[in-house]
Amino acid sequence: MESGSVFDPVSPMAHTISTVFIIVLIIASAVFLLVAGLVTFVIIRYRARPGQGDPKQWEGNLKIELTWTGLTLLVLLGLFGLTVFTMDDASPATASEQPDIVVVGHQWWWEVRYPAANVVTANEIHIPSGQRLLLQLESADVIHDFWVPQLSRKMDMIPGNSNKLWIAANTPGLYLGACAEFCGPQHAWMRLRVYADPPEQFSAWLADQAQLAPLPSDALAQRGQQLFQEQTCVSCHAVTPNPTENKVGPNLAHFASRATIATGVLTNTPANLALWINQPQDVKPGVRMPNMKLDVEQIQALVAYLETLQ
Amino acid sequence: MSEIPLVPENHVPLPNVSSSNGLLAWVASVDHKQIGIMYLLTTLLFFLVGGIEALLMRIQLAQPRFSFLSPEAYNQIFSMHGTTMIFLVVMPMLIGFSTYIVPLHIGARDMAFPRLNAFSFWVLLFGGLLLYFSFLAPGGAPAVGWFAYAPLNERPFSSNLGVDYWALGLLCTGTGSIAAGINIIVTVLTLRAPGMTMRRLPVFTWMSFINAFLIIFAIPILNAALAALLIDRQLGGVFFKPSESGSALLWQHLFWGFGHPEVYIMVLPAFGAISEVISVFSRKPVFGYAFLVGSGFGIALLSFAVWAHHMFAVGLGDPLNLVFGGASMLIALPTGIKVFNWIGTAWGGSIRFSTAMLFALTFIIEFTIGGISGVAFAVFPIDWQLTDSYFVVAHMHYVLFGGTMFAVFAAIFYWFPKMSGRRLSERLGKWHFWLTVIGFNTTFFIQHILGIIGMPRRVYTYPDLPGWGWMNLVSSIGAGILGLGVLVFCWNVVYSFKRGQPAGDNPWDAWTLEWATTSPPPPHNFAQVPPVRGRRPLWDLHHPDNTDAQNPKVSED
Repeated sequence: MESGSVFDPVSPMAHTISTVFIIVLIIASAVFLLVAGLVTFVIIRYRARPGQGDPKQWEGNLKIELTWTGLTLLVLLGLFGLTVFTMDDASPATASEQPDIVVVGHQWWWEVRYPAANVVTANEIHIPSGQRLLLQLESADVIHDFWVPQLSRKMDMIPGNSNKLWIAANTPGLYLGACAEFCGPQHAWMRLRVYADPPEQFSAWLADQAQLAPLPSDALAQRGQQLFQEQTCVSCHAVTPNPTENKVGPNLAHFASRATIATGVLTNTPANLALWINQPQDVKPGVRMPNMKLDVEQIQALVAYLETLQ
Repeated sequence: MSEIPLVPENHVPLPNVSSSNGLLAWVASVDHKQIGIMYLLTTLLFFLVGGIEALLMRIQLAQPRFSFLSPEAYNQIFSMHGTTMIFLVVMPMLIGFSTYIVPLHIGARDMAFPRLNAFSFWVLLFGGLLLYFSFLAPGGAPAVGWFAYAPLNERPFSSNLGVDYWALGLLCTGTGSIAAGINIIVTVLTLRAPGMTMRRLPVFTWMSFINAFLIIFAIPILNAALAALLIDRQLGGVFFKPSESGSALLWQHLFWGFGHPEVYIMVLPAFGAISEVISVFSRKPVFGYAFLVGSGFGIALLSFAVWAHHMFAVGLGDPLNLVFGGASMLIALPTGIKVFNWIGTAWGGSIRFSTAMLFALTFIIEFTIGGISGVAFAVFPIDWQLTDSYFVVAHMHYVLFGGTMFAVFAAIFYWFPKMSGRRLSERLGKWHFWLTVIGFNTTFFIQHILGIIGMPRRVYTYPDLPGWGWMNLVSSIGAGILGLGVLVFCWNVVYSFKRGQPAGDNPWDAWTLEWATTSPPPPHNFAQVPPVRGRRPLWDLHHPDNTDAQNPKVSED
């Protein structure tokens, strides 16, 4: 399931590309075998033998030249035709439709918005399986690139120049992706997880995301919530699913429901979360999150609080 | 024929430059041979530096989540590796060969503008040093890739001076390249020996000539982009700042407007060298001279019409994608013609497997792999998946290493005797060849698969997904083998320069004019230029009864 391979497509678009690629690979193999075969033949057949004088001196033959030029042209025309006939299926026109999801690339995380449901989340995208969804791809800083090989083609996220992209997953599952355009020091840890849920499960998830997580009941977590507000965490991270203002860090409204921390660096466990809050620059050097120089007790409280944000 | 005397045999093996002239004679030299050799030595040095950078990267990537290099260090090193190999190795190395060989090929005494020639070289060296000086600057070397995409290359995202050093360094090397291009064009047009018509130029010189036009049209685009970038960074301009109404994509159009012709700048002279080597070691004239040369023209023209195939993922829209995809496929046509003509050249020959020939024949196969994967990208639905993945890393190394560097090794083995008066060791050459072939393919072939299973390029590390770890380890082991091959090669150069077998004027029994003079040639190149009555003056000289002009099978098209 977590193959992430171009050859393991689960959407009509990715499937088209996979098929095109296989066809081209077959043609390419034939061309390669022809060239390599000819070279091998030449090496064996025309190796200099002792006492042999100069071979017959001849240079070129128009007919031969025209033959291989023509044949090459035919192959290329075939490839061009293949491109023309498949490009729409591989990347259907997006015209003026409203996007289902807006994904904004940041150094180095993904902001994910569901405009209709008024939900903001980060780094994990949930989609209903069996449906085609239109993404709008934007960037908040430098150029990023949205790439989930099993679901669709890749598409750049360009500041000042938004793009649209269809994705789909025919079968429920987790599909891995990543930023595919070099975007600075932590380009490597801009991983992306797309969960395709059965439609009713997706609807439930979305409805849940639109709600505030229940307020913490135990004292430690309540202390953590207080710290979160006091220690300026809140100036970069929203903890409501539909904040009125844009914050510079990922939305944490349902942080505890996500599988990873720091856009893929760590699995989301309390111990890892404590490590991350304590030493963000060790876990992900260059990341925008500063070391808040909290003590152990404060970190435990914050972890307890964040773990309640289901 | 016999009324013009042969060039007298030179019995002094080496004019001893080091003792009689000293270092100053090299620094102050305006001799194209000394400048050519300085180009080659400088670029070989940078090749070692860029190679060490590659090895550092492969160590870091040998296992998932490895922490051999910090992300900052890795990003600087991969940026410098690309910049170095492209601007300080491949391009100037080929210019160096042209500088050395072209005047000899056409029977000239020197380049048309010897001082400009020296300027070209020194400004290259200066640009290279400026670029490397950035490691000492606060914040270190540029960490934005060799392509330095906007707006990552702007102050808000790259605030230290690395990118400024990068832009200034490349402006220097670029200016030197343009000067070299002009010099080569004027040299070929004006200094050809009597009888050396354009239709008799050796294929290498043809490719250098065409390449020079590519250089003088493509590099100014880069220089303009670099100047605009410096204005943005130092004078508060907004060319590439989308946040202030500039355009991030403008940089890509300019950079690739230069960058794709650049790809052919890095391969055309290599094509020329391959044509010479295969012909000489097959003991036949090149097959389809007019097609080899004409396809060079075709590639040069088309190379200016394919730049946006680097931008299929930016969302240009299908009409534009089709134009650039179609043009990119079309460029495979002249390239394919070349491949078939090289095979045609060897066909029916009497092949001598010198190290130069081994590299040249292997070049055909490796380059074909890189060429085919290149055509696959022109079918842009495939590009939509694979661009910026490790598949591209594999593709471009098959073109630039399996292609150009294999050709460069062939050219070095072929021309080293002319330059030094001694042959490179064939025994060490075989070791070098096999280590290179095995190391190269082990390193890069598997990267095709890494790209297909979703590994993006330019990452300093990666999660431990199924297959990623061991495939990267294989690639890293390959890089080690490749490094060993390069070491053998370096030892071969050093050893053979001192103790190699003396070459004589014409060790390969070749036919172009450089082999008519001593090895190395005297400062004025030729005591007397042999008569040029065809494409192979020395063949005609040695076969007065069967000259190319008399042979109906060897026409001049």
